[in-house]
Amino acid sequence: MSAQSSLEQSLVQQLSSQFKDSVRSSSFKAKRFKITVDETIILKVAEYIRDQLGFDHAASVTGTDFPKDGVIEVVYHFTSYSKDDLRKVVGALAVRIPRDSPKIPSLINVWPSVEYHERETYEMLGVTFEGHPNLKRLLLPEDWSDIPPLRKDFTLPGR
Amino acid sequence: MVKSGALAILVGRLNDVLQYAVGEPLNYLVNWGRIYSLWPVHLETACCSIEFGAASGPRYDLERYGVLEAFGSLRQCDLLIVQGTVNRKVAPRVRMVYDQMPDPKYVISMGACSNTGGLYFDSYNVLKGVDSIVPVDVYIPGCPPRPEAIIQALIMLQNKIKKQKFAPPELKQIETKVA
Amino acid sequence: MTLSVGPQHPGSGHFRLIITVDGDIIVKAEPDPGYVHRGEEKMAEVRNYIQNIPHIERPSIIDASGILYPYVLAVEDLLGKSAPERAQYIRMIMAELNRITSHLYFLSIFGIFLGHSTMFMWPMGDREVFIDLSQMIGGTRITFSHFVPGGVRSDAPDSFADKAEKTCDYFEGRLKEYERIFVNNPLCHQRTVGVGVLTKEDAIKLGVVGPSLRASGVKSDTRRDEPYDAYDKVDFEVPVYSEGDSYARLRVHFDEMRQSMSIIRQCIKQMPKGPVKQKLPPQLRPPAGEAYARTEAARGAMAYYIVSDGGNYPYRLKMNVASFRNLIAIPYLLKGVHLADMPTVYWGLDYWPVEADK
Repeated sequence: MSAQSSLEQSLVQQLSSQFKDSVRSSSFKAKRFKITVDETIILKVAEYIRDQLGFDHAASVTGTDFPKDGVIEVVYHFTSYSKDDLRKVVGALAVRIPRDSPKIPSLINVWPSVEYHERETYEMLGVTFEGHPNLKRLLLPEDWSDIPPLRKDFTLPGR
Repeated sequence: MVKSGALAILVGRLNDVLQYAVGEPLNYLVNWGRIYSLWPVHLETACCSIEFGAASGPRYDLERYGVLEAFGSLRQCDLLIVQGTVNRKVAPRVRMVYDQMPDPKYVISMGACSNTGGLYFDSYNVLKGVDSIVPVDVYIPGCPPRPEAIIQALIMLQNKIKKQKFAPPELKQIETKVA
Repeated sequence: MTLSVGPQHPGSGHFRLIITVDGDIIVKAEPDPGYVHRGEEKMAEVRNYIQNIPHIERPSIIDASGILYPYVLAVEDLLGKSAPERAQYIRMIMAELNRITSHLYFLSIFGIFLGHSTMFMWPMGDREVFIDLSQMIGGTRITFSHFVPGGVRSDAPDSFADKAEKTCDYFEGRLKEYERIFVNNPLCHQRTVGVGVLTKEDAIKLGVVGPSLRASGVKSDTRRDEPYDAYDKVDFEVPVYSEGDSYARLRVHFDEMRQSMSIIRQCIKQMPKGPVKQKLPPQLRPPAGEAYARTEAARGAMAYYIVSDGGNYPYRLKMNVASFRNLIAIPYLLKGVHLADMPTVYWGLDYWPVEADK
């Protein structure tokens, strides 16, 4: 157990020491770690994670709405196929962006696998991914005119 | 005036005679033809399609009840089985498919979701029942319905078709002309 | 010329592909999903942790246990609890049974796409045998809602072991027949070999999961990479093919069914006696925090990301399903393929639109 958690710990430490001031918070538990950074350097961090640490693909892009803090947290979960010791680890790269104008640079050039996940996050939470080549509606009906459904102020009818 | 009235009576009588002499046997014949050659459209709207697949598989074998495999063009189909949840994006397409089918056509609503919205009663994207866009003949409850329930629904539909009256279109036309 | 394939077409429904063709070569394919989008993630925010179980497994009722498994593990992770040992084995048996039924469904639809009616009928019929088996534990045909945080709802009956053994024996014989009539069939070879090749580098880059990934030569299986429950105590192989074409994907499905049966046999042997459910309060209130749990379902790595604020309901529940991750491979693989090969490439990826749309 200690050998495992030391791997995550070392990954987090490596990232924290590389991007000292921009790292807002970081945490780790067995096989998982999470690092929250400024949205300005997310591209650099992602490139570092891919090239230096060896996480070769992103598994998902998630957005969580926090109306109390006025932010939307966008989380990229990434893991690795090519490095055997990293396969069991799932990392999370998070940014917290203002709710009123949620904009972050797209990571599609770093991890091409985020294409449809970013589109989904765009329509479900209204987060704009700058630089995404095909940022348009994916799952919702063509005539959707309401606010993005996964925002907390969108209430389900009858609830 | 008198003449056309008499003609109307004569045609009415003729109509009655035809109805009894030809209509009833013809009715039976046409309905018999329809009952055992129900062609379902292959329109899967959600997950109930798996159980429809199982129902057309060897164990339940829908074909022995006169329901053919769902691989034809919808232009030759007369049965629309709405297989599961109908959401706001697929709803116009369901209607479009229904409109393109030739008459007579029948609709079976399969599963709780397409009957009433089911498990997704409070979802923002799901229709509360497919009967708001197409007329439904038979509803199958269940989430998903077992293949036996699908077979039962088809037999119910066949019984319904048996009782239908077949109206030859030509006779109707004469009536309207005279009146 | 632009073609609109779906959402109603004789192959498979719920999904639309906008295909641009030059002659009969596909130049560009743009998927248009969302015909089964039901807002599961939003609904999960107004239901408590137990109420969420039935609707979460609906997106993939072919593989109901597979899609529910990571949710249960994520909630257990948040609660800091784990299931009793017997429950872990029962979960594994259910997951493997579902893997087999799901793969058989894959095979039968693959048969349709190749115009091979026998291959629709045989797996559909043999699927019922495994449905009977899972019905003994789960109680219903396909939607079990059988896994709960802290265990499973019901124990396996005593007669299960015998019947499972018999079924596996029967099906191993059948698999040989399948191979003779379908996999080694020249028709199948001509339609699938060398069609829709996904190279290893691209599979990694695109983050493809499941059988499609293993058919491209990447030996990755969440059951091996990050063993959950008792998967580290059973012995199984991860089938890998290096070709990356539709035929390799078909072979991976075949080999995985064999491995699943071997896992079921081992589970029955190793399964200890004991309780199958840990006593938990009826209203689960996991402490604030987040969990990301993943498992290997029939279609590939299935993961849930749950954010809890300590309340009755999940604050945010993200379903990271395998089909949605494989969606990216469809336009990629269809480029440059003959239009007539489109069905084999599309279904070879085992893309299940209901699951992808959530």
